[in-house]
Amino acid sequence: MAVVFDKPRALTDTPFHYCPGCTHGIVHRLVAEVIDELDIQEKTIGIAPVGCAVFAYNYFDCDMHEAAHGRAPAVATGIKRVLPDNVVFTYQGDGDLASIGTAEIVHAATRGEKITTIFINNAIYGMTGGQMAPTTLPGQVTTTSPYGRDTEVAGHPVRVSEMLSTLDGAAHIERVSVHDVPHIIKAKKAIKKAFTCQIEGKGFSLVEVLSTCPSNWGMTPQEAMDWVRDNMIPYYPLGVKKEVEA
Amino acid sequence: MEKVLMKGNEVIGEAAIQAGCRYFFGYPITPQNELPAYMARRLPQEGGVFLQAESEISAINMVYGAAGAGARVMTSSSSPGISLKQEGISYIAGAELPCVIVNIMRGGPGLGGIQPGQADYFQATKGGGHGDYHPIVLAPSTIQELADLVMEGFDLADAYRNPVMVLGDGMLGQMMEPVSFGGYRGRTLPPKDWATTGKTPDRAPNIINSLFIDPQELEDRVLHIYEKYETVKANEVRCETYRCEDAKIIIAAYGTMARVVKNVIDRAAAEGVKVGLIRPVTLWPFPYDEFAEWAAKPHVKAFLSVEMSMGQMVEDVRLGVNGQKPVHFYGRTGGMVPEPETILAEIKKIAGGE
Repeated sequence: MAVVFDKPRALTDTPFHYCPGCTHGIVHRLVAEVIDELDIQEKTIGIAPVGCAVFAYNYFDCDMHEAAHGRAPAVATGIKRVLPDNVVFTYQGDGDLASIGTAEIVHAATRGEKITTIFINNAIYGMTGGQMAPTTLPGQVTTTSPYGRDTEVAGHPVRVSEMLSTLDGAAHIERVSVHDVPHIIKAKKAIKKAFTCQIEGKGFSLVEVLSTCPSNWGMTPQEAMDWVRDNMIPYYPLGVKKEVEA
Repeated sequence: MEKVLMKGNEVIGEAAIQAGCRYFFGYPITPQNELPAYMARRLPQEGGVFLQAESEISAINMVYGAAGAGARVMTSSSSPGISLKQEGISYIAGAELPCVIVNIMRGGPGLGGIQPGQADYFQATKGGGHGDYHPIVLAPSTIQELADLVMEGFDLADAYRNPVMVLGDGMLGQMMEPVSFGGYRGRTLPPKDWATTGKTPDRAPNIINSLFIDPQELEDRVLHIYEKYETVKANEVRCETYRCEDAKIIIAAYGTMARVVKNVIDRAAAEGVKVGLIRPVTLWPFPYDEFAEWAAKPHVKAFLSVEMSMGQMVEDVRLGVNGQKPVHFYGRTGGMVPEPETILAEIKKIAGGE
C-alpha cells in the first residue's frame, strides 16, 4: 500500500503530551518537516525551553539541549560558537522568550547570532496553569489578571517581532499563524526560510508563531483557532518584519 | 623551565589556553577584568572564541551550551557576578557537564566592595545554587599554583563531568609573580561521546538535560552524581602542611590568607611559639581526614582558622577536628586583610590561654 502521509524523520515516536487543540504539535511537525527537507537532521542541535515545550528534547530526533527558563538563546550561542557549521535552533514560548529571557533574545539577535528561534506566542503561560504572559492581550482574563489585563497596572503586550526587527543583527524576522491550513502552509515556508537564512550565514532568524492554548483560554479547539484569528492577529499583524538579502 | 612575570588574572587566561580551552564567555566586574581582556586578545590568535555576554547569567548559559557541545570552556567573575551564575552552575552540575568557573572574590554581601575577600566560601563549597551538588573547588595561594590548578581544573572537570571552581581573591588576581606554564601533562580522559555535536545514524540523539519529572529518575541521577563525588573524595583531596610536626597550634588558612599566615608562623617560631599550617588546596572536597589526624596528636593543643570572612571555613575545620581539640577563629571581612601582627597576637592569646 502506498504511504500518502507519514511522520517526519526528524520526529521521534514519543507521543506528544500536548493538550487537544494546542498548536505545539503542528509547529513541531513543521520544524521537523523543514529539517527533513533541508536534510540537516545530522547537523541540527535543538534547544528546548522551560514551558509547555520543555519536553521537546523527547520529540525531535536530533541532538537536544534543555535550557534554563529564558536562557535558550545563550545556550544556543555557546553551541553555535563551538560548532559553527552545525544548525542550531531554539524553540521558546512567550513567557520564556519575551519575559524572563528578554535580554538573551535581544542580544542574540543584535549579535547576529547564526541561530534560528521558533517563538510560540499564545498570549499565556501554559505549563504553570494560565498566568498572564508579556503577550497577554489587553482585557484578556488569566489567573493573574482575573479582571482582564489592565494596561494601567500590568502594562502593554510586547510585540517581539517588531522589536527585534529594529536590530541590525536580525536577518529574518517573520510572524505567522497556524489557525487554519492556508496559514499553516505559510508558516512552514517562513520556518524553512529562517533555517535557510541560518545555513546561508546571514544572521539571526526568528519566526513568531501565533498559537493556541485552549485549556488555559477555556475554549474548545475550534474556538481557540477562531480567537487567534479574531483577537491575536489584529494586535500582532502577520508578515515579514525584517529580511536581509544576501 | 622558562618563567615569566605575570599578573594573576592574566595567568588564569594563559593557563586555560595552555590546557586547551578555546572558549570564554564573560561579563565585566572588578577585580577580575584583566582575565576577560586577556582572553579577548589571545583566543582569536588561537582560533578560539571570546564573547562578552550581556550578563553573567547569559555568560554561564553560553558555557552550558559550549560544554554540552563538548568544548573546553571557561567563565570568570567576582562575588556578585558569581551569585548571578549560580542558576547556570546548578544546571551544569545537574546535566553533568565539565567547565571551569573562576571566582576572584571581593568583599560582600550585596554590592560589597572591590577589595579581596573570602566570604564566598559557603557559596562555593556547599553548592551555591539549588539542589544536591558540589562544584570541585580549588584554592591556589601563589601565582604558580594558580596556573597549575587552572590547567588541572580542566582535567578534573572532564574526568568527573562536573563544574570546577577556581576560588581566588582580588589579591591573587592582581599580584604579579614569576610563573611557568610547562608543567601541564594532562590526564587520560574518556571521550565526550555524550556531546551534542549532531546525531549520526549510528546513535540515538544526545540529550543534555537536568529535568527528570519522575522522582525516581531524578533521585537516580543525583545518586549517580554522588557516587562520582565519593571517587572525587577518595582521589582528589589535596592540602599542604607547613611546620605542623611539632606545632602546638595549627592554623587553617587558604589562598591569599595562607601566604600571610606562613610569615606569621615563621615569626612565631623565632619567638619560640610552635605554630603550623594546614592549607586546604581543595576546599571541596575538604581535607577533613588531615585535620582529624593532626588533631589526634598529643603535641597539637588547638586550631585557629584565619579567614577573610566572618568565619566560614572554620565550620569545616570543626567537622574535621570533631571535638578533639578546641577550634578558634580569627577573621577580617569586607575587603580588610588580617595583619600579621594581629594574627600573631591571636596566636599568643591562644597559646597563653590553653
